[in-house]
Amino acid sequence: MLDKIKEFASEFFVTGDPLILGAQVSIGLSLVAIIFVLTFFKKWRWLWTEWLTSVDHKKIGIMYIIASILMLFRGGVDALLMRVQLAAPELEFLHAEHYNQIFTTHGVIMILFMAMPLMFGLFNIVVPLQIGARDVAFPFLNSLSFWMFFFGAMLFNVSFIIGGSPDAGWLAYPPLSELSGSPGLGQDFYIWGIQISGIGSLATGINFVVTILKMRAPGMKLMQMPMFVWSVLSSCVTIMFAFPILTVTLFLLFLDRYLGAHFFTLDGGGNPMMYINLIWMWGHPEVYIVILPAFGIFSEIVSTFSKKKLFGYKSMVFALMSISFFSFFTWAHHFFTMGSGANVNAFFALTTMLIAIPTGVKVFNWLFTMYRGRIKFTTPMMWTVAFIPCFVVGGMTGVLLSVAPADFQFHNSYFLIAHFHQVLIGGVVFGYFAGLYYWWPKMFGFRLHEGLGKWAFWFWNIGFYVCFMPQYALGLMGMTRRVNTYDFDMGWQPLNVISTVGAFLMGAAFIFQVWQIAHSIKFYKKEKDGDAWDGRTLEWSIPSPAPLYNFARLPQVTSQDDWWEEKQRIAAGEPAKPLAPLEPIHMPKNSGIPFIMSVCWFTAGFGFVWDWLWMAIPGLIGVAVCMLARSFSYDTDYYIPVDEIERTEAALRGTK
Amino acid sequence: MRPYIRMLTPVLFLLMAVMLSGCGEQFIVLNPKGPIGESQKDLIYISTILCAVVIVPVLILTAVIVWRYRDKPGSKASYKPNWEHSTKLEITWWSIPIVIILILAVITVKYTYALEPSKPIESEKEAITIQVTSLDWKWLFNYPDEGIATVNYIKIPEDVPVKFQLTSDTAMNSFWVPQLGGQIYSMSGMAMTLFLQADEQGSYFGSGANFNGKDFAQMTFKVDATTEEDYNAWIDEVKATSPALTTEGFEKLTEPGSSGVQLFSSFPEGLFEKIVTQYVEGEGGGHHQGGASTEPASAPADESESTISTEHDAQNHTGH
Amino acid sequence: MAHAVSTSAGAHGGHDAGQGGGHHGDHHDQESLKMFGFWLFLITDVILFGTLFATFVVLRFNTAAGPTPAELIELQGIIISTFILLTSSFTSGIAVLEMNKGNKRGLILWLAITALLGASFVYLEVTEFMHLVHEGAAIGTSAYWSAFFTLVGTHGLHVSLGLVWMIALMLQLSRRGITPVTKRKVNIISLYWHFLDVVWIFVFTIVYLMGVM
Repeated sequence: MLDKIKEFASEFFVTGDPLILGAQVSIGLSLVAIIFVLTFFKKWRWLWTEWLTSVDHKKIGIMYIIASILMLFRGGVDALLMRVQLAAPELEFLHAEHYNQIFTTHGVIMILFMAMPLMFGLFNIVVPLQIGARDVAFPFLNSLSFWMFFFGAMLFNVSFIIGGSPDAGWLAYPPLSELSGSPGLGQDFYIWGIQISGIGSLATGINFVVTILKMRAPGMKLMQMPMFVWSVLSSCVTIMFAFPILTVTLFLLFLDRYLGAHFFTLDGGGNPMMYINLIWMWGHPEVYIVILPAFGIFSEIVSTFSKKKLFGYKSMVFALMSISFFSFFTWAHHFFTMGSGANVNAFFALTTMLIAIPTGVKVFNWLFTMYRGRIKFTTPMMWTVAFIPCFVVGGMTGVLLSVAPADFQFHNSYFLIAHFHQVLIGGVVFGYFAGLYYWWPKMFGFRLHEGLGKWAFWFWNIGFYVCFMPQYALGLMGMTRRVNTYDFDMGWQPLNVISTVGAFLMGAAFIFQVWQIAHSIKFYKKEKDGDAWDGRTLEWSIPSPAPLYNFARLPQVTSQDDWWEEKQRIAAGEPAKPLAPLEPIHMPKNSGIPFIMSVCWFTAGFGFVWDWLWMAIPGLIGVAVCMLARSFSYDTDYYIPVDEIERTEAALRGTK
Repeated sequence: MRPYIRMLTPVLFLLMAVMLSGCGEQFIVLNPKGPIGESQKDLIYISTILCAVVIVPVLILTAVIVWRYRDKPGSKASYKPNWEHSTKLEITWWSIPIVIILILAVITVKYTYALEPSKPIESEKEAITIQVTSLDWKWLFNYPDEGIATVNYIKIPEDVPVKFQLTSDTAMNSFWVPQLGGQIYSMSGMAMTLFLQADEQGSYFGSGANFNGKDFAQMTFKVDATTEEDYNAWIDEVKATSPALTTEGFEKLTEPGSSGVQLFSSFPEGLFEKIVTQYVEGEGGGHHQGGASTEPASAPADESESTISTEHDAQNHTGH
Repeated sequence: MAHAVSTSAGAHGGHDAGQGGGHHGDHHDQESLKMFGFWLFLITDVILFGTLFATFVVLRFNTAAGPTPAELIELQGIIISTFILLTSSFTSGIAVLEMNKGNKRGLILWLAITALLGASFVYLEVTEFMHLVHEGAAIGTSAYWSAFFTLVGTHGLHVSLGLVWMIALMLQLSRRGITPVTKRKVNIISLYWHFLDVVWIFVFTIVYLMGVM
């Protein structure tokens, strides 16, 4: 009996690696610690009623952000481990299999479980506030999206200690990712983890398109929406069109692995190239999905801290929409070297270059927003200013890569790695950090320490260039991506060492950020005013953090930058907009169904990974029961009465 | 802000300088030894310069604007908080990238057709053929005309075009010899064609560029370009002194694992064709595939996979 | 805050009825939002099916020496199921008409007929699949059959989910009658049903007609 348990445990848990053992122990300990703290302080109930069942977009946003920062930590540790391994030739710090797992999980986690949730977190917190709405269109679905993402991410991450991590690259090209190439469970964790969170992302996409198109405050025309809202709209429309492709692709790969189908196998008439096409039909739009909202964030910040209207609003909107459209016609530039022929390559090279045009226009518009402005260098603005040169150079190397015949020499080399890290860190990460710093006071009602933020900023920036500029050179020296080691003769070591140093500078920057947050909590100083930065858009017109219902009265919007115009009018002594009488506010009720349903998805996914139908089928039944339970519940909303709104408002505004 | 820009500029210039000078033997992509690599290097320079024409002014403009309009007491710079539109300016910066991209597009299309990998290199000398198979995790090179085979090593004569036919036994890889020219995927079930040529004698680094599993990093190899005499002498030597690659020997090679250099005096007849067609089961519906993929590779470079006589193309090609 | 939530929810259960017009407006907005959201969901479902059709078209000749569709597919049975599904789309339309007339019994009756037709469609599909597997064409036989079973099966799964949903809806209708909420639900499922019908026409044309020809 004992032997059987032992045997099971050695298959179930990943064993034999001291690094992983250490992680297992620390994960176990922190779980125990969390459970202990929650029990000791009697916080279980609070956790359940205030957070796990919450349908409040602000709380869901905060949960997204916390999860994404945890994932940033995990992905960052992966990156540091890889950089250590590459610091010297023929190093044996990580053996090949472990290295392959780490670059795979680094990629998946950073894009899908770090960038996406950080982005959704900002969508959730900001969009309803900027359009003057009380919540998103479907709060229940929103909560479901979050928990699907969360449990998908957990399912993916658990492979690290249970069953084994995936190791076929972040896009898992078959036939390597088929049963023949990856017989382990890691690839199944990959499929189910991404599938479950992907369905959540798809729902978020729909949710925000409806929210933006249908729930804007009275008077707010489309062309008066803040630029961030436009960017969210373009990103969510892209999600709607791209994510179903991912769902299908992963499902087909699952069928290949689980039922022995022949979609992408070598034998039986399968076609691995079809997978590569499909995954990039999702994968390329995906990178625009994450970068477009960053463009929106920069537009907000650059205008706020230059004390000036955003330059070229219409151009900006047109640029966003055309990038989102063209992003669907460039996928094949990820495999010019597949030999699809000159016609195909020429077509995709051109469509790729086309995207550079609207992107370039956006840069000019940001520059001319600052031109004749008054630029204040707060941390959000510093990230924005740092973004411009970084992204411009990263964009330029992207154009170089789009030149198909030249790409034959860049493809799969460190030049490519440097390029996409420059646009993803310089664009997406800088953008979301800028947004996080910018909206932090709105989320939590206190500011982050600026000094520590500036330290973090400089460490990130210097670290970034030190890490990735050498990688362009390494690419030109013929170093290919995903090699776990290299020969001494290649002369790649010096630049690799520099690159590793840069990675650790960014690691230090992350520590500064954690310190910054801890410090700011310790020396908590409540924001007196909801308008932390002398802002321009509606979210700054209400107290920080926003009350449950956001707006006591729905704002009547008359112009772009409505709050700024209102402040200008008041300053000029003109009468403020008349206040409508308060009315009871219609709010959605909290629900535990999204959480429970996502747990069921997790159970089903875990069961399928291990081929335990006794676990998978009850999981799926649980999902169905949750759906029906929701369908049969009619008591899903309530009204906040006027006197309660009055009390809340008085308490919030009274401290002013 | 300025120190930041200051710091960035030298980094950029350093990068540019490195790229433009092609300095150092180590930058093998910028130090090509064959006509294909040479054209690709030219293309890299042309596109870099074209992009730099826009990028450098933009970077300078950024620095100037950020410095001039920073918020400081008593700033004399103008301040127009409501200036948000200028048709003239916006037309200007829509046209700048459009013009640059247009030029780059014309050049790219021209080069895309000129450098189509399956297009033979013009030469008085007849091309030699090398059949390349990526295995887990080693490269097998067959010389069908000479009848020899090697593992993780290639010798070619200088100034003679080489027609590489690429396939894979299992997972996809990518065949890349930077100093001769760009890479092409090796994929199972089909044979891709890549023409390269070495103009100089020398020893060139080659590697598998596309991840294909555990010992992927071990898939490096050397390409030695020598005089034709040396090349012929080497062939004779391999034939005389090396063992033959038997079918069992090949089976052994397909077992997962890395390998050093191996030389074989012969290989089973039709080995490469067998590798390519190993996954085709029967006639299937392969014939329905239509004409395009069964036309010879010498047809206009629309279809880059060459056709092997025994191949029925059951593995169709979705790259299109 | 949750405390506030529950108290106010409790205290104002009856508020809804008392407040008159404004609140009905709220509800109306909610329902139209959901309708719009469902249209967007259908777009994503179109992409989903589009991708499956694309894979099917790519793999349509890859039978790898195994059985071909022309050998195994019997068009007669398919024409019958097509007819059944088209009819069910029609009956779901009648159900909506009955609902708009305010006839709860008629609505439930026509929904039941729709569900019955849907169930026979699923039954016929399952029989067809069993027949094919019996003849030696399973999902693992070749790429063609993988694509076939996945595409047709995904449509069948959609129909089956719709059936469960429709039954749940009939129960709700019998308990609550025709309210703005149930009305929206019926509208949505009827939209879904018509959508599946359209998808089936493509399945019929591309998979079956072209497969046999």
